[in-house]
Amino acid sequence: MVKKSLSRIYMALIFIFLYLPIVVLIFLSFNNSKSKVAWGGFTFKWYINCFQSETIMSAFITTIQITLAAAVISTILGTMAAIGISAMRRKSRTIFLGATNIPLLNADIVTGISMMLLFVKFIDLGFITVLIAHITFNIPYVILNVLPKMKEANRYTYEAALDLGATPFYAFYKVTWPEIKPGVFSGFIMAITMSLDDFSITYFTKGAGVNTLSTMLYTELRKGINPELYALSTILFAAVFLLLLVMNFGVGKGKKDQKGGKLA
Amino acid sequence: MKKDLINFIDISKSYGSNMILDEFNLTVRENEFVTLLGPSGCGKTTTLRMLGGFETPDTGKILFDGEDITYLPANERKLNTVFQKYSLFPHMSIADNIAFGLKISKKSKAYINDKIKYALKLVNLDGYENRSIDSLSGGQQQRIAIARAIVNEPKVLLLDEPLGALDLKLRQSMQYELIRLKEELGITFLYVTHDQEEALTMSDSIVVMNQGYIQQIGSPEEIYNEPENAFVADFIGHSNIIDGTMIKDELVEILGVKIPCVDRGFGENKPVDVVIRPEDVELVDPSEGYLEGDVVSLIFKGVHYELEVLANGYEWLVHTTKLVPVGTHVGIKVIPFNIQIMHKPESSDEKAVEIDE
Amino acid sequence: MNNLKKQLLAGPYLIWIIGFIVLPMIMIMIYAFTNADGAFSLEYLSAITTTTNLNAIALSLKLGFLATLICLVLSYPLAMILSSFNFKHQNFVVFIFMLPMWMNFLLRIMAWKLLLSKNGVFNSVLHTLGLGSFNILYSPTAVILGMVYDYLPFMLLPIYNSMVRIRKDIIEAAQDLGANNITVFFKIIVPLTLSGVVSGIVMVFVPALTSFAVSDILGGGKVLLVGNVIEQDFMQGMQWNAGSALSFVLMIFVFISMALVNQFDKDGEGTAKW
Repeated sequence: MVKKSLSRIYMALIFIFLYLPIVVLIFLSFNNSKSKVAWGGFTFKWYINCFQSETIMSAFITTIQITLAAAVISTILGTMAAIGISAMRRKSRTIFLGATNIPLLNADIVTGISMMLLFVKFIDLGFITVLIAHITFNIPYVILNVLPKMKEANRYTYEAALDLGATPFYAFYKVTWPEIKPGVFSGFIMAITMSLDDFSITYFTKGAGVNTLSTMLYTELRKGINPELYALSTILFAAVFLLLLVMNFGVGKGKKDQKGGKLA
Repeated sequence: MKKDLINFIDISKSYGSNMILDEFNLTVRENEFVTLLGPSGCGKTTTLRMLGGFETPDTGKILFDGEDITYLPANERKLNTVFQKYSLFPHMSIADNIAFGLKISKKSKAYINDKIKYALKLVNLDGYENRSIDSLSGGQQQRIAIARAIVNEPKVLLLDEPLGALDLKLRQSMQYELIRLKEELGITFLYVTHDQEEALTMSDSIVVMNQGYIQQIGSPEEIYNEPENAFVADFIGHSNIIDGTMIKDELVEILGVKIPCVDRGFGENKPVDVVIRPEDVELVDPSEGYLEGDVVSLIFKGVHYELEVLANGYEWLVHTTKLVPVGTHVGIKVIPFNIQIMHKPESSDEKAVEIDE
Repeated sequence: MNNLKKQLLAGPYLIWIIGFIVLPMIMIMIYAFTNADGAFSLEYLSAITTTTNLNAIALSLKLGFLATLICLVLSYPLAMILSSFNFKHQNFVVFIFMLPMWMNFLLRIMAWKLLLSKNGVFNSVLHTLGLGSFNILYSPTAVILGMVYDYLPFMLLPIYNSMVRIRKDIIEAAQDLGANNITVFFKIIVPLTLSGVVSGIVMVFVPALTSFAVSDILGGGKVLLVGNVIEQDFMQGMQWNAGSALSFVLMIFVFISMALVNQFDKDGEGTAKW
């Protein structure tokens, strides 16, 4: 019993540590005063300012564009690569997986700088370079999600389909694809989260003029903080919370992969 | 008479509204091989886990060597368990697995090394000390689990379906090993299984359980030859279990036919269950049988043929060494001695029958 | 599709790897091993021994070490508590503790800047209570706090995952063989969660070591980590060779810690992202 209440207290303390900053942000996002503590009445004005802010909205749109484009392209390339890799012999597979691990393991700052050094030799930094960078760090996550599914996918059912007269493409579509589809999907979701979350790599490959939410925030935070950003935080937190709630508990079980997915 | 080693006294246990054991009483004597046999959910594993110290009963107590151990933590009990999933420590070598209990009881290094050697020899895995767990097959892992338990010289070894994960052939050879081990060690084995063949092969005594009640306790021969109710009969082997009426002593009616038997004392016109083992059914000329029927299926089983004979609306299971083709019209005969009459279970719960000691 | 045709599907990715992973790495090395004129030189690599650089490296290692240690000390008991929840609630409770991780880390850092600032919540509360003030913003302490806050889930998740993977019957087997709770903890739970702990350490230590945004915002430019020096070399000083040399050194540090991890982590939990 003592042990149980001790562990409850411990959990509560960590919980407060994790959520206190978020709660304060949410609270202040509705605060009519610019004070960081005192309550000056309820207001939506920071939300309105947030939506009217050119800086925030353009960063938001860029983020969505980059994220979706990078996720789609990296999912296609990554899935193709995973199918290819799974058909390889041990040696070439090791080489491919080794290369795949480099952006996963390397520090973001080093990855970002290395790409910037290459890009500046050929094109101006901008939307395209950020997109290429995002695709590059997303592909490994897609591969890591799809490859195990390819391994699980029963080779013999594919061969059985061929035996029954299916063309290779038809056999793939009817037999292999349904088995790897969950992996492709979670790879796609993970690509989205990685893109949304990335700061360092974007920062070094973006050049002037282009901003994602992350890099915009960094620039703003270096100057100071303003309440529009509290409003932005609240909106993003609510969106993430709802999205994850639906994904984890709304669509049934088996979503643990994706939760762990961000790290796996 | 051997000494009592374990007494379960009036044990009841339920999970929520799900009653697992109800007023359960059982005595296990020293140096016996006792098997708890029953379908899943019958309470056999719960019984074993209570003895191991992993569950506590809601009411009742457990005596071990006369001492109340109902609430004693698992690590302070002088008995060891062989788990269903082997439960070897994956991060330790085989030697470290076996030495685990000995190190806790602070035995000397030399003693521990001797014991490891001895135990590995006992389970036919000499020289495996430094292998990793992953490199072993299921059967080998199970033998290590047994070695790990017996080095601590427990008075009782608890075995929770230890052969369940093994294939048939391995299971059979492990059964012989367990019998040999039990004889060499001279300790009590309390064995849990749902496999009646395993129980019949190894046990000195079998406790048949269902829905938290003991259905019958007896030697393998008693359980097999004289099941006390339809549940036991059905669970122990494939039998013909037929609703019948005891007309009077030594005469029973089944499927509309009166047949002589040897049982007495059931009263007159009492509903009973009649058990006739497939090997006791004789196929004779239609005119000589109590009933007439047709062979509807025939399977060759090696030592015998297994037939189904449809007679008076019942499909009789018959084992015979004669080849009787499908479609043959035959007579069915059973000698009185081979007809087993049983009381109907008292309630739909198939409550335990009274056990006279 | 036969095997060869299937393998060809990896072709575009191969081109991608060469173009955007291998070539950029070569670029860093070229810059690291040349001087401003483009001639081969160890000038910039040897420049990492300057006081500024050595101080930055030492401070990065120190803060990274402390942040990792604090994350570990906080996470291990929490992972144990979480894994002891019954299954029905477990997913939701874990979800609650992982949720902040999904928010952009800069927003989370902003929240701490807000809390710690001179007229922020902490100081106001302390002031009201008459306890004076608490000025840790723009100090290494604030940076560590921010790192711990940011990376705690990265430590918690692998430890928790390795914890829930311990089968209950393994614990019972140990108890059956006479182990009390303390023995079970040290002989069974700790060794079986070691791989999780090691991946957790890497997942916190590497980003802490290489971070520059956290130290910039919560350190207010006063806390110079390796990442900050590199960032300044590239974005302000145009010292590309120096920055590349330092990046190269950082990369070596990272891969050394990865190699150390691979010694422990056989379950592949270390293929992680920071």
